[in-house]
Amino acid sequence: MPADAATALKEKFPQATARPSVDHPAFNVPIADVPAVLAFLRDELAFELLMDVTAIDNGEHSSPRFTVVYHVLSVTHPGAYLRIAADCANDAEPTAPSVVALWAGANWHEREVYDMFGIKFTGHPDLRRILMWDGYPYHPLRKEFPLAGIETDLPVEDIAEETGTKVIAAPMQGGPFVASPGEINLTEAEPRAKDETWSDRRAKPGHSELRQVKE
Amino acid sequence: MSTGFAYPDHEARAAEAAEAARARAAGETPEFETEKMSLNMGPSHPSTHGVFRLQMELDGETLTKADPVIGYLHRGDEKIAENMTYNQFVPYTDRLDYLAPLANNMAYAIAVEKLAGLTVPPRCQAIRVITAELARISSHLMGLGAFGLDVGAWTVLVWCLNEREKLYRLFEELTGARFTTSYTRIGGVTRDVPPDWLGHVNTFCDEFLPMLEETLAMLTRNKIFMDRTVDVGVISKADALAYGLTGPNLRGSGVALDLRKDKPYSGYENYEFDVPVGSKGDCYDRYLVRGEEMRQSARIIKQAVAKFPGGAWFAEDAKKIFNPPKDKVLTSMEELIQHFMLVTEGPQMPAGEVYFEAENPKGILGFYIVSKGGGVPYRLKIRSPSFCNLSIIPKVSVGCLISDVVAILGSFDFVMGECDR
Repeated sequence: MPADAATALKEKFPQATARPSVDHPAFNVPIADVPAVLAFLRDELAFELLMDVTAIDNGEHSSPRFTVVYHVLSVTHPGAYLRIAADCANDAEPTAPSVVALWAGANWHEREVYDMFGIKFTGHPDLRRILMWDGYPYHPLRKEFPLAGIETDLPVEDIAEETGTKVIAAPMQGGPFVASPGEINLTEAEPRAKDETWSDRRAKPGHSELRQVKE
Repeated sequence: MSTGFAYPDHEARAAEAAEAARARAAGETPEFETEKMSLNMGPSHPSTHGVFRLQMELDGETLTKADPVIGYLHRGDEKIAENMTYNQFVPYTDRLDYLAPLANNMAYAIAVEKLAGLTVPPRCQAIRVITAELARISSHLMGLGAFGLDVGAWTVLVWCLNEREKLYRLFEELTGARFTTSYTRIGGVTRDVPPDWLGHVNTFCDEFLPMLEETLAMLTRNKIFMDRTVDVGVISKADALAYGLTGPNLRGSGVALDLRKDKPYSGYENYEFDVPVGSKGDCYDRYLVRGEEMRQSARIIKQAVAKFPGGAWFAEDAKKIFNPPKDKVLTSMEELIQHFMLVTEGPQMPAGEVYFEAENPKGILGFYIVSKGGGVPYRLKIRSPSFCNLSIIPKVSVGCLISDVVAILGSFDFVMGECDR
């Protein structure tokens, strides 16, 4: 049955194209068809469990920039997985159709993707941030967001006013060493912190900038 | 798994609640006006097992709305993973479900091994199975003890912690650390099992089983415990599937999904064990499932120790991933270069996408890795069981009393370190 699942899906949705994958059968589908494809998988091919909804940021200047990825697992045919991926059409303001109507559990997964990538799910009943606080201005898993973080105001206004502090970027000098993927220049090859705040080449900011205690 | 009899007071309470719900729906005026009250449970509360906040709306003592707030322990593990080599991420997996670090290590290692196309020898698989099952016992003991404490059984917690102490001694003997073990490596384990360790594991299993029976006997037919858990927080099969529950919570609702049986990894197909399944899906079922799982884990461990294979404890082609031995690094050029490349660029992986899920104590832990080649994952998504298990809380807890919410949270046995990642 799982072996036929791929062919059945191809028959029903000829627009689905195979996606390269190391382990499970995977398909790229147009983003508008995602709810129909997943409903077909759940009702006709017995993939009852939506395991995971996530997204990939393909890089700041690439197009399509965001890919939404779904993993489904079958309980009837144990151990059969399927991966469905769909590219978001709009790079600046990505949207995707919500599948909460099919699986109530998609609610939190989609909230997390919205929180981390800024992909808005149309038809989601309650699209709020889930891991970061409400009103956080960035989407942390986008590739342009630095590892150290960006300085922002505290979430609670009166505490911010009272203390005069901010959420500051993590000082990464001496922190976890960050590897450079792929081709490296040997002068850069020493393990070093990929530093957004200070390093041996950029001066350490003064103490006053880090801790702005109101006099 | 039913208890064989039902308490009349439960039926009466259910009838009362149904009547009240009917009256509310029909718009009848109640005898006296009540006012809605909102109450925060958490983020730091003894029965939320971590920094978890439940914003509740109460009508008297009954919940009318529950909104879980998570993210207090969000450390950005996925972002960190995108900026470090595959090897460096192993210690970070300890901090996900920090009650069963060895199981997390194994799940991550197998995911990356799938990507790299490595196969580990049987001895390494057996070591991983033993450690993962010990971790399962350890995690379930903590879950059970905390659950007992939530509904008022202090002795259970103390006895469970006592057993866990013995487990920690075993972990320390094997890995050098009690808590954050980082023992499993990509393509193998850190070091071979020490001599005598398997004997100690066997001794532990023999002593643990009677102790477990005694601990469970304190709860299983306990009037107070049953009053607090039977028919409380019932999750139907359809709901459990819709919300993506996994692990003991899903099996408590009657779905026999256990990846160790259904999609065996690491040689689980060589061991005999049963998968306990609940019938009703209430807190009591989830408790019974966990208790039985501990017995089965001990059974698996004893089998694994009995047929513990010889041979190497790391994959033959893991040399591209493992750091070479230190004395070689200091004396020979070849190893020095390899060490340098491993430290600076990380182990070179082929491009591709991999999704691997392991049956962890809390549920199914999945790692989705997108690689574009090189030593750093392009994207690493952690599918955490606690996250999915908690998403059903708003549905389950509405209509319950506050004291039932405590029992429900205890029966879910979630860990915030894994939920928030």
